[in-house]
Amino acid sequence: MVQLTINNIKVNAEAGMTILDAAKSVGISIPTLCHLKNLFPSGACRICSVEVEGMRGLIPSCAYPVNEGMVVETNTPRVRSARKTIVELLVENHPQDCLICVRNKNCELQNLSEQYGLREHRYSGESKEHAIDVSSASMERDPAKCILCGRCVRVCHEVQHIGAIDFTNRGFNTIVTTPYNKGLNISDCILCGQCILVCPTAALREKSALKDVANALKNKNKYTIVQVAPAVRATLGEEYNMPLGTDVTGQMVTGLRRLGFKKVFDTNFSADLTIMEEATELIHRIQNGGSLPMFTSCCPGWVKYAEHNRPEILPHISTCKSPHEMEGAVLKTYYAKKMGLKPEDIYVVSVMPCTVKKYESARGELAEQTMADVDAVITTRELVRFFKMAGIDFDDLPQDSFDNPLGESTGAAAIFGTSGGVMEAALRTAYFKISGKELDNLDLEAVRGLDNVKEASIDINGLTVNIAVVNGIGNVGPILDDVAAGKSKYHFIEVMTCPGRCINGGGQPIHQKQDKVVKRMKALYQIDANMKLRKSHDNESVKTLYKEFFIEPNSHKAHEILHTEYFDRK
Amino acid sequence: MHNHIFEKYPAKDKSQLIPLLQDVQAIYGYLPELALQEIADYVGLPLSRVYGVATFYNQFRLTPLGENIIRVCRGTACHVKNSANILYALESALKIKAGETTRDRKFTIEIVACIGACSIAPVMTVNDDYHGRLTVKDVPTILKKYQTTTKPKASAEPEVKLA
Repeated sequence: MVQLTINNIKVNAEAGMTILDAAKSVGISIPTLCHLKNLFPSGACRICSVEVEGMRGLIPSCAYPVNEGMVVETNTPRVRSARKTIVELLVENHPQDCLICVRNKNCELQNLSEQYGLREHRYSGESKEHAIDVSSASMERDPAKCILCGRCVRVCHEVQHIGAIDFTNRGFNTIVTTPYNKGLNISDCILCGQCILVCPTAALREKSALKDVANALKNKNKYTIVQVAPAVRATLGEEYNMPLGTDVTGQMVTGLRRLGFKKVFDTNFSADLTIMEEATELIHRIQNGGSLPMFTSCCPGWVKYAEHNRPEILPHISTCKSPHEMEGAVLKTYYAKKMGLKPEDIYVVSVMPCTVKKYESARGELAEQTMADVDAVITTRELVRFFKMAGIDFDDLPQDSFDNPLGESTGAAAIFGTSGGVMEAALRTAYFKISGKELDNLDLEAVRGLDNVKEASIDINGLTVNIAVVNGIGNVGPILDDVAAGKSKYHFIEVMTCPGRCINGGGQPIHQKQDKVVKRMKALYQIDANMKLRKSHDNESVKTLYKEFFIEPNSHKAHEILHTEYFDRK
Repeated sequence: MHNHIFEKYPAKDKSQLIPLLQDVQAIYGYLPELALQEIADYVGLPLSRVYGVATFYNQFRLTPLGENIIRVCRGTACHVKNSANILYALESALKIKAGETTRDRKFTIEIVACIGACSIAPVMTVNDDYHGRLTVKDVPTILKKYQTTTKPKASAEPEVKLA
């Protein structure tokens, strides 16, 4: 332990801790911009500068370790003036269009401008002009709004291990962009949107589909149906200042009805359906010598990654469509027939925690004949904007429940939004399918939590099934190397692009609050624990769907409608 | 054409990036896009990072050089002697900006901070030849001379011409 003084407060800090963290531990907040927790300090922006007795210049507190007897001042006129100048310079080279900006009122630059009392433009000079990159189906990059903090670059390189964007050129001409400025669409980007979550401004944002959805809702010939992903209900409340991990399923359903959707269905239904298909596929592969290990396929970011980087892995990926695509496909076939609707009149909107799903829904093969399974995808953030625009006062909404039959779900589906969830849900069903018995303990703790790679072995009637859960695409490399070399001991591997999975997806509310992933995760496990039915094969509506339409999992018809194919895009 | 260069360097060693870029540029006179991708794969870095490094340093070029390289001095003495106008005259005549190459690949214009020939300011070099005490009127004549040469002159003794 090291003892130091910060603003006349005695602080005991662990050796190696930064001044920033030591200050935070006693309730002193120091502003940061380039700093990202858990990554090596960057020290680029200097907004965290503090005075340290005996040192000449200002010290970047995010990068400087504490020393015994150190005397730190975080709030002197010199410090405030330096920070203010930094903010002023950033603001002057930033578009002055806060009023019409998607990050208005949720922008770190705006907050700093307010915090340091900017009231006039003291500097003027050349400001940069850059075109907006709208090349991808999911995301937009607006380099004019970029303050070059580098957080997106670091998340892309150091957390996700993708490296689609980086600093390019030098000095005033520096810009964060893709190689040759060709746009995200032809870069290595998998559109996961983790960069959006760390961007302090609106330089990175989703490509909004709200206009399309609003147009469909006012079109009298369209039968608009909305479905909501498991992870959205656990985060939506954050946008209304509710505590992290508040489950707002009931209000959300009411809100969606008030927006004018004819039916409000739950992607959890098709998550159960996915489990039926995927567990059956796994058993089939194990019993018939198919490509093993089998990888999950519900994460389109992972699928895109494999198609671009590791096409040799593609035969190992389950052919199941992702749950919201299955829901769309069932809506435009089974449900349309049952309700006497023309499939082409049905307009399916998915509310997803994800930016990649926008790209996924536009994939040509995810369609029934020429109709896309899902017509539009909006993120959690876009849904909140839609609610606000429609005058829906979320806090006071009564509770409602999903429509049936495509709204019924089990606890197994609820945990799809969190790392290890698909694995746990699939094993609950696979265990039953192979052994004919139910698992004694449905909580498979080994696959829960935020470790990079989680593994377990499960004994099912003498058959040992080795499984792994990869939490974050940045951790998948070694596992893929093993599979490609034929040395993998696993039978089933869950891979999810975002760290923590969909609860921390690129379409989720943007803030840097502590423990957000853990608390959101808890909310989903709580929903599961509260459910009467917790295994996908117990879902009555799913059973009916098989009885009336698909006959059995992996049937010919199921293959046609619920399964898909992948392409080498290297 | 550049594969033999890779052999000199250990694979997946990102500290070798800059020497590799230098060696590949020495072959082509610039860094072709395909070579950049190969270098990225070889050193084990994303293309974005390699591209970032290649655009950060002035020594690296991403476009081929012209047959004739015009370097316009924009140092203090030349600036005082109106070198901005010389540059402008060149850019207008060749219809390119400094740093670019004409479509016929005859000329590349570069800006130099100081050529070290202040006594004959304003000055520019074409390949190894020095052209000093320039006026805007001299530009077309000089360009015409090099327009007809097919290859850059490789003389041991650089020529100094005063307008």
